[in-house]
Amino acid sequence: MKTIINELLHHRNRSRMLSFALIIGSYLIIEFLMHSIRISRLFTSMLVPCCCYIILALSLNLVVGFSGELSLGHAGFMAVGAFTAIIVSGLSAKMIPDPVIRLFISVLSGSILSGLTGLLISVPVLKLSGDYLAIVTLAFGQIIKSLITNIYLGFDSNGLQLSFVTNELNLEQGKMLLSGPMGATDTAKISNFSSGALLIVITLFVIYSLIDSKYGRAIMAARDDRIAAESIGIDILRSKTLAFVASSILAGAAGALYALNYSTLQPAKFDFNTSILALVYVVFGGLGNINGTIIATTVLYVLPELLRSLQDYRMLIYAIVLIIVMQLGSSVRLKRSMEKLKNRFSKKGVIR
Amino acid sequence: MNTPVLQIKNLGIDFGGLTAVNNLNMEVHAHEIIGLIGPNGAGKTTVFNMLTKVYDPSRGTILLNGQDIAKMDTVAVNKAGIARTFQNIRLFQNLSVIDNVKAGMNNQFVYSIADMLFHTRKRRSNEEMIEEEALKLLKIFHLDDLKDTEAGSLPYGAQRKLEIARALASEPKLLLLDEPAAGMNPQETEELMETIRFVRDTFDICILLIEHDMNLVMNICERIYVLNYGMLLAKGSPEEIRNNEKVIKAYLGD
Amino acid sequence: MTFLTYLISGLALGSVYAIIALGYTMVYGIAKMLNFAHGDIIMVGGYAAFYACTRYGLPAGLSILLSVLTCTILGVIIERLAYKPLRQASSLSVLITAIGVSYFLQNSAQLMFGSDTKIFPSILTEGSFRFFDGKLIISYLTIITILTCIIIMIGLTTFINKTKIGKAMRACAEDKGAAQLMGINIDTTISITFAIGSGLAAIAAILLCSTYPSLSPTLGSMPGIKAFTAAVFGGIGSIPGALLGGVLLGIIENLTKAYISTQLSDAIVFAVLIIVLLIKPTGLLGKKENVKV
Repeated sequence: MKTIINELLHHRNRSRMLSFALIIGSYLIIEFLMHSIRISRLFTSMLVPCCCYIILALSLNLVVGFSGELSLGHAGFMAVGAFTAIIVSGLSAKMIPDPVIRLFISVLSGSILSGLTGLLISVPVLKLSGDYLAIVTLAFGQIIKSLITNIYLGFDSNGLQLSFVTNELNLEQGKMLLSGPMGATDTAKISNFSSGALLIVITLFVIYSLIDSKYGRAIMAARDDRIAAESIGIDILRSKTLAFVASSILAGAAGALYALNYSTLQPAKFDFNTSILALVYVVFGGLGNINGTIIATTVLYVLPELLRSLQDYRMLIYAIVLIIVMQLGSSVRLKRSMEKLKNRFSKKGVIR
Repeated sequence: MNTPVLQIKNLGIDFGGLTAVNNLNMEVHAHEIIGLIGPNGAGKTTVFNMLTKVYDPSRGTILLNGQDIAKMDTVAVNKAGIARTFQNIRLFQNLSVIDNVKAGMNNQFVYSIADMLFHTRKRRSNEEMIEEEALKLLKIFHLDDLKDTEAGSLPYGAQRKLEIARALASEPKLLLLDEPAAGMNPQETEELMETIRFVRDTFDICILLIEHDMNLVMNICERIYVLNYGMLLAKGSPEEIRNNEKVIKAYLGD
Repeated sequence: MTFLTYLISGLALGSVYAIIALGYTMVYGIAKMLNFAHGDIIMVGGYAAFYACTRYGLPAGLSILLSVLTCTILGVIIERLAYKPLRQASSLSVLITAIGVSYFLQNSAQLMFGSDTKIFPSILTEGSFRFFDGKLIISYLTIITILTCIIIMIGLTTFINKTKIGKAMRACAEDKGAAQLMGINIDTTISITFAIGSGLAAIAAILLCSTYPSLSPTLGSMPGIKAFTAAVFGGIGSIPGALLGGVLLGIIENLTKAYISTQLSDAIVFAVLIIVLLIKPTGLLGKKENVKV
């Protein structure tokens, strides 16, 4: 019994429990508030996207924080997940009337296809390193967006019809699933806050399972020192591939959930800016810091919405916040005082 | 005599037009502690880098227990049985002390990705064994009290010891130590010598080490190879090397 | 003949990319940072020239000069305020700061100039040469663009190789510590690099806006990303690489648009970049770096 308590109080496990507590606690409080008092539409409409961005940022942290490679194209995986989910959900609407099961299947297929895309892309991407690797992820992100922008997909009594670049579909009373740059229209909105919260919990479980395992140690070892990792028999490529694919699966799930929260969605949503946004969340939260990523994403996602009353100035303020936080974060004096603060807390906090 | 654990024949490497190591022949037998010494720039670390395939040798063969490892990459060489430490310490700075050692056991304890995701009994039992083995290794180097410390914040001497522990975790047959006593005080060096012998005896491995601390080399090495300008200058027992005219000349200059 | 037309207009587009890519490549070479705000300097340059000649009715030459001056000063100010304090910080912090600066510039422009598209006046020239009975038309603007690029390349190469400041820049790119020991002022050198890069961005802006005369706050984003791709394509840090990368990218883009698909041109350009990097991992003219063990 004593060992179990010790184990739980161990700093590492404490931070893991905090993550789950944070998500489940917030979920329960928000659900309670939604059922007891009237909450503004603005607030409730932010819940699902916020969950999606948390998952996206967590998935990106797997690559940037734990695997140590910069990805500038993560929105591409989100896009693959999103539009796969839209197609699957649209096609199976009659077969599977139950929205919960359909959501599950759509998100699952979105993440699987995104994972396959990640696996495919990882082959060329991981041949490179450093800034060059980052550029190639950027390039793939652009390619994915550009390809989806050119897909026209619809179905009617004759079955599924696809055309590329130009719309040559003649549907007989059918339904367009993807219409090129217009993306998806008239999607059934089957995402909800509960599924978002659940998906975050699953994401946390996957990430923690990975980083506490031999696979996770290999990934982090390869990040810290490639040559040393090889010298003790760690296959760098395999480790980095695992992180990259796991990350693309999760990003795909985030995209799928996101897509099924809106009735219309354009591929342009998943452009370079969205990839960068996710990166901002990760850097603000701290590389390899799960709880930090969750909090940073929430704050930075909600902040511009809260500043809505300032209208035109909100993005300007956002930009200034980005710059100032980065300046403070790297100022030596601040770092020292933070260190002191940390030490003081940990001295009081440790129970041994 | 049995086949040597390590047998190097006519090993050489060129960088551009420069020949860094040439015509090197060496043997390391089971249970031996061998020293590789020489003035700065003699090519000692280059030999280690060739043995672990960080560099590809330009010529020659490297046999590990009779098996040719020349075609292998660094990872395969480690699996075949060579582990090393580095002259300028290369720890996993952001990992804890114990995780550094655990990372070394990546190929020793196997469970699948499915086991990892679903927390199967196989994962748990393997992780328990990894933990146990890692603690055992840390105890040998008196690092067990520091197991949760970030490796990068360890004092210098402790970092050197942790590197050895990490290398041992991959269960090598041959351990390469690149200046293990660098930056240590005499007392630490004394302890290190004890530990090196202890490690050799407990794990029944052979050790090849580069070192500038002559006290350490002369004390624990059974045989010594001297390298100068990339060529073998002399080999023999510590006694022979100590009295070798050529070696003295190489170290003191003409 | 149409092929030649596309090739030449591709060359012109590529020349603009090359001039922008120079800014990326010089800053990367010396400050080792990806300056994602560089694209937005182009936008500022465009607006500066636009207001100078339409609102204040300045002559073309003066408008261009004013635009270059604005960008140069802006570039130096951004470097001093936002990037300089981050010299010792991680490259990711610098990247995020650059993105912050990019957002800042875009949104400031939106507040000051409005988000509506403005039509850029043709301040350079109009008209064109006609060859082969009008089968091949080359506008003066195309010629000017290509010539400007050539002049800038020659000028910059001479500057880097012959002048004291140019040599200081090369020394900084090679080894900052050693350069400092030789008495080179690192901060000044980096400031000059930003000044030159930003000034060139203004020239690129005028060439770009004269070819595609619509001005908006997000004007710089896509050419920025493209030019950045061009810099990597040619080998980031290398000045001839920026030229080669920019020109090739412009030509590939134009030919793709002409013969394959306009909608897919971006995808194809980026696919070519990926293939080049797989064959030459540090770009066409990039240097390979060795890791010491």
